[in-house]
Amino acid sequence: MAERTILAARDLDFYYGEVQALRHISINIPAARVTAFIGPSGCGKSTFLRTINRMNDLIPAARAAGSLTFRGQEIYAPDVDVTDLRRRVGMVFQKPNPFPMSVYDNVAYGPRTHGIRDRRRLDLIVEESLRAAAIWDEVKDRLKKSAMSLSGGQQQRLCIARALAVEPEVLLMDEATSALDTISAARIEDLTLELRERFTIVMVTHNMQQAARISDKTAFFLAGELIEFGNTERIFSMPRDKRTEDYITGRFG
Amino acid sequence: MARNARPALRRQLYSAAVRLLVWLSASVCCCLLAVLIGYICWRGLPGLSWELLTSEESLLQGTAGLLPSLLNTLCVVAVSLAAALPLGVGAAIYLTEYARSRRLTAAVEFASEVLSGIPSILYALVGVIVFCSALGLQKTLLAGSLTLAIMTLPTILRTTQESLRTVPRSYREGALSLGSGRWRMIATVVLPSCVDGIVTGCILAAGRVVGESAVLMYTAGLSTAMQDFSTIQGIMRASGSTLAVALYVYAKERADFAAAFAAATVLLALSALINLAARLAGRRLGRRQRRKKHPAALTRRQGGPHG
Ligand SMILES: Nc1ncnc2c1ncn2[C@@H]1O[C@H](COP(=O)(O)OP(=O)(O)O)[C@@H](O)[C@H]1O
Ligand SMILES: [Mg+2]
Repeated sequence: MAERTILAARDLDFYYGEVQALRHISINIPAARVTAFIGPSGCGKSTFLRTINRMNDLIPAARAAGSLTFRGQEIYAPDVDVTDLRRRVGMVFQKPNPFPMSVYDNVAYGPRTHGIRDRRRLDLIVEESLRAAAIWDEVKDRLKKSAMSLSGGQQQRLCIARALAVEPEVLLMDEATSALDTISAARIEDLTLELRERFTIVMVTHNMQQAARISDKTAFFLAGELIEFGNTERIFSMPRDKRTEDYITGRFG
Repeated sequence: MARNARPALRRQLYSAAVRLLVWLSASVCCCLLAVLIGYICWRGLPGLSWELLTSEESLLQGTAGLLPSLLNTLCVVAVSLAAALPLGVGAAIYLTEYARSRRLTAAVEFASEVLSGIPSILYALVGVIVFCSALGLQKTLLAGSLTLAIMTLPTILRTTQESLRTVPRSYREGALSLGSGRWRMIATVVLPSCVDGIVTGCILAAGRVVGESAVLMYTAGLSTAMQDFSTIQGIMRASGSTLAVALYVYAKERADFAAAFAAATVLLALSALINLAARLAGRRLGRRQRRKKHPAALTRRQGGPHG
């Protein structure tokens, strides 16, 4: 299957006030693939991820320059409907962040936000999303219970279900497994592999094995720059850049 | 070892002394409170009767009656909260969630800090000038309530602001990342987790209203006679004393200390009641918010496998 670019950056710069966090990033992220961002802490992985759904808008004095497009449309164009962008580009955060509501209401939150009120339709969406996030069997008898009563791993899968419920085209995952125990992390990795068939996934990870196991493409960032980007196998077997090699062999970071 | 023994001993003595001191402060506080409450009850309870609570003062028979003041108090609490709550919560939401200018927020915070420290007699002055005269409300419960609304506004504003700030950033990010607009995020995720803080603000405000006398003497009147609450006009025109003011009237003008202490006891019970009720309401509301809009279909479906 030929690769189709869904997200493209051209000379993207990003600033937090005076601090430049991204420098001239140019990258084509393919649709229906898992792309992993790796690199040492503070290199700008999260910043780049959060430019894609404009979560950085919350930070005063933060601004982007250059081009970043989603299906050919400029993400930072003035007429972009940010809520619609975020519906189409979902996000899963490092720490599970379910709302203090019931499991059902958590998953139904997005669909309700986008105007779905019909109960039967909501029921269906909630069930489908929970199934897709591989957590239906664990919560189907406690949909009315508070989401806060779930374990950390369950909460994270609930957050994935919540993100899937609005049928995004892209799912951004920012170290979504790093706060979890290894078994929960492995379940989410498996889940990611299943979801790849239906969504474009862009994930940040600190875990080299994880990147190698589940991603199709890997991007290596260093100090705000994209050092190398390519097929995961190639990056891990024959890195072209010395710094990439040093990083994946654990010589720094 | 030997060299360490003395500092260790000193440290132990020191910490024992500190513990004793804080224990003493705590007990003094508790004792003062207990003595105060005990004394009020001891003086007030004998004079307290069903008769007193359910009748109005009769100058002919020379009997006191607290019913009008009790009703006035409830009325003033309700009206002033009804006015201050939406304003205070609304302003807090604007300042913490929408305002772009740091300076504006800081200025308002400073102003409300100052306002909450102003002696209430100054609010009385404002009430007399603005509500009683300029707006033509005269000395009425309405004028008094609105003056108290202004007086309690900073309290509600600040407590709401504080609790808005404690809402985890991750909740907000979660809501926004799902395509929620700012207002929907506030209404569905932020405010529900602030209910406790807002209720606390209301309790504090209601406490101040129940205990306030100076403002109401000037803006709401001193009458201990029954007011007409049956018509809108009657309510608009009602003028009279709340329990705290009645306490003053009975003690100072009638020299009826039995009635004054009875009023004090009722006042005490009332503020305890308001506190309790608000807490209960807060807990209810918080729980309901969390469960709200639960499809009935879900309850049905939970029985069967796929509904
Ligand atoms: N809200 C912020 N305000 C200012 N600087 C920030 C902010 N968030 C991140 N940064 C800075 O931007 C750089 C990149 O951070 P980040 O994207 O979080 O890195 P990573 O996710 O790769 O660890 C860091 O130097 C960090 O200090
Ligand atoms: Mg990060």
